[in-house]
Amino acid sequence: MKELLIKNGFVYDPLNKIDGETMDIAVRDGKIVEEVKKGKTIDASGMVVMPGGVDIHSHIAGAKVNSGRLLRPEDHYKDVELKTVLTRSGVGYSIPSTFTTGYRYSRMGWTTVMEPAMPPLKAKHTHEELNDTPMVDKGAYPLLGSNWFVLEYLRAKMYGECAAFVAWMMNATKGYAIKLVNPGGLEAWGFGRNVRDIDDPVPNFDITPREIIQGLCKVNQILNLPHTIHVHINNLGKPGNYVTTLETMRCVENLATDNKPIMHLTHCQFSAFAGEDWRTFKSASEEIAEYVNSHSHVTLDMGQIVFTNTTTMTADGPFQFTLYQITGNKWVNNDVETETSSGIVPFQYKRKNYVHATQWTIGLELALQIKDPWKILLTTDHPNAGPFTAYPKVITWLMSRKARDDVMKKVNKKTRRKAPLSAIDREYSLYEIAIATRAGQAKALGLESKGHLGVGADADISVYNLDPKKTNLADNPEAITKAFKKAAYTIKDGEIVVRDGEVVNSVNGRTYWVKVETQANLFEIEPELKRAFEKYYTVKYENYLVPQNFSAHQTPVTAKARIKS
Amino acid sequence: MTLVKNVTCPICGTLCDDLEVEVEENSIVDVRNACAIGEAKFLNFTDPKHRNLKPLVRKGGELTEVSLDEAVERSAQILAHAQYPILYGWSCTSCQAIRVGIELAEEVGGVIDNTSTVCHGPSILSIQSVGIPTCTLGQVRHRADLVVYWASDPYSAHPRHIERYTSFSDGRFQESEWEHYVTRLRGVLGKKRLSRASARISMREVSIPPIADPKLPPEFETEKRKLIVVDVRKTRSAEIADFFIQVEPNRDFELLQALRLLVKDEELEVDKVAGVPVDLLEEFADILISCNFGIFFFGVGLTMSSGKHRNIDAAIALTKDLNYRTKFAIMPMRGHFNVAGANIVSTWQTGYPFAVDFSHGYPRYNPGETSAVDILQRDESDASLIIASDPVSNFPRNAAQNLVKNPMITIDPVVSPTTMMADVVIPSAFVGIEVEGTAYRMDCVPLPMKKIVEPPKICLPDEEILRRILLQVRQIRQTGGKA
Ligand code: SF4
Ligand SMILES: [Zn+2]
Repeated sequence: MKELLIKNGFVYDPLNKIDGETMDIAVRDGKIVEEVKKGKTIDASGMVVMPGGVDIHSHIAGAKVNSGRLLRPEDHYKDVELKTVLTRSGVGYSIPSTFTTGYRYSRMGWTTVMEPAMPPLKAKHTHEELNDTPMVDKGAYPLLGSNWFVLEYLRAKMYGECAAFVAWMMNATKGYAIKLVNPGGLEAWGFGRNVRDIDDPVPNFDITPREIIQGLCKVNQILNLPHTIHVHINNLGKPGNYVTTLETMRCVENLATDNKPIMHLTHCQFSAFAGEDWRTFKSASEEIAEYVNSHSHVTLDMGQIVFTNTTTMTADGPFQFTLYQITGNKWVNNDVETETSSGIVPFQYKRKNYVHATQWTIGLELALQIKDPWKILLTTDHPNAGPFTAYPKVITWLMSRKARDDVMKKVNKKTRRKAPLSAIDREYSLYEIAIATRAGQAKALGLESKGHLGVGADADISVYNLDPKKTNLADNPEAITKAFKKAAYTIKDGEIVVRDGEVVNSVNGRTYWVKVETQANLFEIEPELKRAFEKYYTVKYENYLVPQNFSAHQTPVTAKARIKS
Repeated sequence: MTLVKNVTCPICGTLCDDLEVEVEENSIVDVRNACAIGEAKFLNFTDPKHRNLKPLVRKGGELTEVSLDEAVERSAQILAHAQYPILYGWSCTSCQAIRVGIELAEEVGGVIDNTSTVCHGPSILSIQSVGIPTCTLGQVRHRADLVVYWASDPYSAHPRHIERYTSFSDGRFQESEWEHYVTRLRGVLGKKRLSRASARISMREVSIPPIADPKLPPEFETEKRKLIVVDVRKTRSAEIADFFIQVEPNRDFELLQALRLLVKDEELEVDKVAGVPVDLLEEFADILISCNFGIFFFGVGLTMSSGKHRNIDAAIALTKDLNYRTKFAIMPMRGHFNVAGANIVSTWQTGYPFAVDFSHGYPRYNPGETSAVDILQRDESDASLIIASDPVSNFPRNAAQNLVKNPMITIDPVVSPTTMMADVVIPSAFVGIEVEGTAYRMDCVPLPMKKIVEPPKICLPDEEILRRILLQVRQIRQTGGKA
């Protein structure tokens, strides 16, 4: 029996409605318990105690991330991690090597991170890397929005079969959630084309993005997966795309039941652009916020820009090609048969650039104008809008108008004049930060034992050296950044793994995947699938599957499907 | 007798995963679907003439049989006491073994480098400077109506590449050209024999044979899959191609640059480029632009001829330009079955694909400085561990000499000039036949390697051998063994 007591901290545990009360948190054998008798004690007086950080969307592992690492030795040269007795060495600023990724998350107090774009054909690659990413629990979302089987089932309106296929896919790839990237557009990109909007049919497939989004949303409901569909919209990164964003949210409106979210719209900063072209480009955060404030079927995450040199990488091949055309930077494109594409372009976000500076304001405007913090979660779409190591900064911007104004003084003048951000006073409380970085993320992911400190929860806890009673945080933004950069303690499954921002214990972390349970025979589709498989793929059916114990610490989460037999 | 299906072939980067192997009493009696090279491997790998079956340590100048423990102990001693060891090979083993290899290199503060340093290293440097538009092989099978092999002879080096992934494969949007090929073959066979004969005759007179028929065949007008080979000589692949463009040796760069100009609709002011008539090049450029999906496959012929990564830069630049006009991809034809995996694992663990130096306690990468051949030529390393590879035969002479003069550990299932020169020889099991693991195909698709038969008792998996060495190294270093 291993026990631990965290005494006298200011506890922020939104899922249990605890808002800064001074309390003790007791831990036994990796779980939160009522009380403990003996064991180690951490004196957290004058410190903030929160559930461990959760990240719903961060590109940390897999083929695309690794191509990014390979593409950018210049990203690694100046940012290195030495080998220690406990930890492996590594490199990387915007695309750290796997070990470094795990350590850096943990040092900031994060304990769960989701890789949001796994090409199913290369799922083994994603899992091999997750297996080498220590300190945090993980999961990965298979890319399904341009998958031929999905397109064909949905075109024929065979939702039950499509659900069975997706259930098979979660098992085959050890995946966690349904990911759609530029639905249908990536199939078109196979011949260098794209789709224009959600009603533009996919070439050769006679189905529209709208039908794909609605179809997979229905499938997700049938399967009862822990997370909703996770959507990167069509037209991402294009001026005027907020219209597509609104249409995308609207198109599943009437599928919603009992006020529950049924869609997660990711890195929405990149999807809230107004204007006709880059010259007339402006923020559409108000339009998006207004919609989200009056609907309850979507959750969003920010995709907040930071001014730095980073690496953009998405499954959205045509979008990345556009970035390549705009920047002339080096460019990787990698299309994956039958499923998806991907692209990578290094990118520098500049304060003085009108578009970049405006993008910076859009992310914050969304987070500050959407009233309910459960609806918009904190991300930088690592590393697309900036590396995850910038989270302390983003937290600070949300919490302190002063910090935002300091940046505003330095950005492009036109942005300063036009941005709605200048007029926004709202400042997040620590309670709201705990929602945006933990509770809301875990809730959206359906990870019931994460994101809170109630009895029975996983003992993933972070302690920050920050005293909200002594310091007025909004007036002291540096104190916020400093505290969130280096957790005083990170506790993973009841073990102290980080102290004063340094790794003191290296642990592996699990990889979650969703195992669908159902009364019906899910594998009725299997013979048909096997037949088609040979035609669709260049690998054998059996060799496609990620075996049960392919990597260490694979942990199934069950979903109870409502497929009728 | 059992039939093992869906076996992945552990020979070349084509990584065919449809082999069927018949096993009787722990020995392989038949192989289906493999090419001749693959088949030979499965049927002959147990040949004791070529197999390392005893752990050996050099004592008094002679390789002497020892226990496995002693060989491991000796290896650990060598590595723990070395100042700057090289750990080299890695493209014929599993990713699981490579992971441990990197940990070992980090532990001993050495350099870990894989065979891409002497084959597609320049391709990687090019990718790092300009990027690459590429795809998985299934995209080619389904979509490509134009396939170009450049300085690569798949027919000989990747025998099933064409049949599985390109011109003779069946895809959703593209049919196999096999039927067409057979029909055409009958018609043109006589003509081909003639032109081959004339090429042979002219070869005797000038070193560069003239293009026999510098006009595109008429069937190029029709809408179907096209196969083009560009090479310095008429290879076996060139013979089955719809068209062959013969480039003068070491002048690929000029040809690629000329094509770039033509693709951008610029005029060439010469009659010939690299031995190819300009009107032919113009037609070639038209074909490149007018396809729906085209791909260049390039071989070591391009990376290792003069120009090296300048050639690849130009080929990638051409591919990027073509993406403004149509869909185009490019892919290196990787040789060893898991050389892609060696790059991939190295990259996720260290940030760099090969030539990784841990002597400063963190990964450093500077090919030309931290690559195995260069370190050896400067004579800076003082020990080595070579796994499943034969640098004594493949490295430049002075590098090989410096390699063998210092203590050298080899882990290899087979006897090679390198194992014969080694100070420690540890026999190992064949990945993909006697031990399982993961390997990455040339297009970076991960595939499972199977265990089909039991290895000889003394032959452990690479991963386990490396783990044992790592463990011992740590023990030695903890007790202050490092000088
Ligand atoms: S082509 Fe290569 S991988 Fe395929 S069977 Fe032949 S040697 Fe093996
Ligand atoms: Zn993303």
